[in-house]
Amino acid sequence: MVKKISLLKIKKNQKAKVAEISGGAVMENRLMGMGIYGGREITKLSHFVLRGPVTIKVGRSIIALGHGMAGKIIVEIND
Amino acid sequence: MAWPEKLSSKLMIKKIFLLGNPNVGKSVVFSRLTGVQVISSNYPGTTVEILRGQLKIRDESIEVVDLPGTYSLEPSSKAEEVAVSILGESPKEEVAIINIIDSTNLERNLFLTLQLIENGYSVIACLNMCDDTTHRGITLDIKKLEEILQIPVISTCAVTGVGIKFLIERIKEAHPAVRNRLSHEERWKEIGRIIESVQQLSHRHHTFRELLEDASIRPLSGLLISAVVMYASFKIVRFLGEFMISNICDPVFFDLYQPLVMRLSNVLGGDGFWHHLLIGDLINGKIDFKQSFGVLTTAPYIEFAMVLPYIASFYFILSLLEDIGYLPRLAILLDNLLHRLGLHGFAIIPILLGFGCNVPGILATRVLESKRERFIASTLISIGVPCVPLQAMIFGLLGGFGGWYVGGVYLVLFSLILTLGIIMNRTLKGYSPEFLLEIPPYRFPPLHILAAKLYFRIKGFIFEAVPIVLLGVFLINILMYAKIFDLVTGLFAPVIKNLFGLPKEAIVALIIGFLRKDVAVGLLMPLGLTAKQLFISATLLAISFPCVATFVIMLKELGLRYLIKAVIIMISVTLVVGTILNFGILR
Repeated sequence: MVKKISLLKIKKNQKAKVAEISGGAVMENRLMGMGIYGGREITKLSHFVLRGPVTIKVGRSIIALGHGMAGKIIVEIND
Repeated sequence: MAWPEKLSSKLMIKKIFLLGNPNVGKSVVFSRLTGVQVISSNYPGTTVEILRGQLKIRDESIEVVDLPGTYSLEPSSKAEEVAVSILGESPKEEVAIINIIDSTNLERNLFLTLQLIENGYSVIACLNMCDDTTHRGITLDIKKLEEILQIPVISTCAVTGVGIKFLIERIKEAHPAVRNRLSHEERWKEIGRIIESVQQLSHRHHTFRELLEDASIRPLSGLLISAVVMYASFKIVRFLGEFMISNICDPVFFDLYQPLVMRLSNVLGGDGFWHHLLIGDLINGKIDFKQSFGVLTTAPYIEFAMVLPYIASFYFILSLLEDIGYLPRLAILLDNLLHRLGLHGFAIIPILLGFGCNVPGILATRVLESKRERFIASTLISIGVPCVPLQAMIFGLLGGFGGWYVGGVYLVLFSLILTLGIIMNRTLKGYSPEFLLEIPPYRFPPLHILAAKLYFRIKGFIFEAVPIVLLGVFLINILMYAKIFDLVTGLFAPVIKNLFGLPKEAIVALIIGFLRKDVAVGLLMPLGLTAKQLFISATLLAISFPCVATFVIMLKELGLRYLIKAVIIMISVTLVVGTILNFGILR
């Protein structure tokens, strides 16, 4: 079954597909330029405690996102 | 491939723009093309200014413009905004764009490339860092990419210079290619198809470098690594600085230079206007480089034997960390803390640069997205981040009283950064944007690149700082001889004496701090202050007004209104901290 949850909720080293980005047009545009958009496959690498940043792998790039931004990225995983 | 005839015969291009994603080596290519030395590092957003130079092709000279990196033509920071708007200023027919691409990450880079082509620009693709593809298991079919994009594609390695000549030869082939405008999603799909046909990945085992790359972005191992890196950096800077001072600088000054100036002192008769100006005061009948305060004695001693060794050792370590690519990893770890100060992790880079000199630190705040963040970061840097010249002098002055005094200054500054940051974050309108940063792979720069960068920075210091210091000491001595300062000291005596517990002469140092911090600390040396007084005045020098160069750059970057706000904060903080330290410290 396909489940939609926030990027914060998936485990590290887990692969997922970006389902939607609910942070407004500006954020969507910034992420778009870096290759993060609906349908794109990503891997979560790490997650820092106390509302710290999240790092993900997209294609060949490693990208760090603030906690708030990561929470606005909704991903699909196969349950 | 055949390009249109008219383009190859005569150059129509009036300008060449270097454009590309952040951290693909645009500045290195720029240096190669123009011979203009610029700072380049391994993190996104090193270049925040527009750099211009000239490239000679046969007899013609074309302007080359290096722009800050951008992921797309829709800017998201001040630096990107500048890049995109400069690009829009010139008519498309007259410019050629060299689109610098990171060969190890073709996919992400092609987004901007396609956007440029779709917009009708004459683009040449420069696949940089081509030497890095092999050991990352990437094979690229350049010919095929050229066919698909219908633009010249050249692979280069700017660090070693490979391919640059070829790149220059093919600039004349730049021409607009026909491409339909795509939506962003369609463009990424198209890129997926292009990558499919030009890039081949071979599987290999993880290297030690990749293990290290990975460990530094995980919470526990990352924290451990950062602690080791920071501690080692500090120790090495201290060790190298001290080593150069006691083994090179001091011997040169005491054994070679002192007899020379002593002879001059005798010629001048040991007293009088010129003696006062050039040699300064004799301490127990001898020249004391730390106290005499003459243009030929204390001024060169401060710059060359107290500050310069630390400039060299600090920038050596900073350049190494920059080029390896460690700083963005530090940014991840500090994101949480900096968020509470109204900033985000990336702000650590301007702050670290500020420890060298506040001016490049404040310039680097351009990588931050909002004006609010830039104001907070600039104010914190100008108040809480002491530059190398000031730090070197604090070490030289307070070090003798024990490490606690030196550590104490840093502790006060650190607490100030936290307190002020939290207050500004709570009181300023608006909110701070989120952290979003690409983490580059570790790279190990060839030694000559590191040496060139260090040389560039040291040269900058010598040419910018030394003349000001000599002139400064010259003017101070004339003013002192004419007893002009007595007016000022009398005026400020109540504040300085009653609130800060300092002798009234210390105000001269605080005022001169506006000119240069190292000279200001130098002025404190002959005053015979107690450890507590030195501690207070050194701390106040750090947090009160930044030097005039920092002031000018803040005015330029933030505008007058924000500068006035910052100045009000500076004055209040100086008064409060000075008083607290005076009455709070018992010994």
